[in-house]
Amino acid sequence: MTSVWILIAALAFATAAMKVAGPLALGGRALPTRALDIVELLASALLAALVVVETFGKGGSLTLDARVLGAAFAAVAVWRRAPMIVVVLGAATVTAVARLVS
Amino acid sequence: MFAISVSFGVLARPLMGPVAPIVMSILVFSGSAQFGALAVLLAGGGTAAAIAAGVLLNARYLAMGLALAPSLRGRVPSRAAFAMPMVDASWAAASRGDGTFDPWYLVGVSIPQYVGWVLGTVVGVLLGSHLADPKALGLDALFPAFFIVLLFEEARGRRRLAAAGGGAGIALVLTPVVPAGLPILAAAAAAVAAARRRS
Repeated sequence: MTSVWILIAALAFATAAMKVAGPLALGGRALPTRALDIVELLASALLAALVVVETFGKGGSLTLDARVLGAAFAAVAVWRRAPMIVVVLGAATVTAVARLVS
Repeated sequence: MFAISVSFGVLARPLMGPVAPIVMSILVFSGSAQFGALAVLLAGGGTAAAIAAGVLLNARYLAMGLALAPSLRGRVPSRAAFAMPMVDASWAAASRGDGTFDPWYLVGVSIPQYVGWVLGTVVGVLLGSHLADPKALGLDALFPAFFIVLLFEEARGRRRLAAAGGGAGIALVLTPVVPAGLPILAAAAAAVAAARRRS
């Protein structure tokens, strides 16, 4: 349980530090363009990796199960600009129903 | 936003207990970092990997803060007070489109987001305490669903799409090979590679 609090403290501190770094410390100085380019691209790369791991990952291997259908529903719903509540409840419902009938 | 924070509370409750998810939403206030760290923990990735994933996911605030900086006036506490509430939605909403930002508008958009985020987590934790079998309800599918939502917002433009494609590929290849959590961290290499491309 202690590790959860360490996690929370570390993320709270790091997030705050990254938010205020530009407005406070870096002021007029600019980061190297290339470093900034990487920083801007990190979220896209990690989010895509998280989509893959959370859709297909299962304890150190890849698998196809009911989550794939839920994720597919979410992808289509997001693409069609459905409200967030529809994306969330729909993905869970599709996955639950797929488990029920399989 | 509210639906997302409710989901976070429901999913974090079994692992973190009733209090920690709420404290996390109060102090961290970041969907991508909170969900990312939770996903790494639930996969068995360990605290250090969870922290690293959350930090890398939020590294974009460094770039967003730099963009915001010239629009903030005043002393250090005042500038910090305007930078701290920054989240993706309020940063984008406060952008005037000419490279400058409206700091008060940013704060005004952030405050209701913050209230909704924390209250949603409380509701989620309460709901999660009464759910017998989250998997039977398909709640594990909320993880990919939520990351798809964020990715759709984030991965616009050729370089970001390239970074996303590379990150997905790295995760696919590494998941069966390396311990949990590492495939997500290794995906950062795709950002480094995509940064070499011309936008």
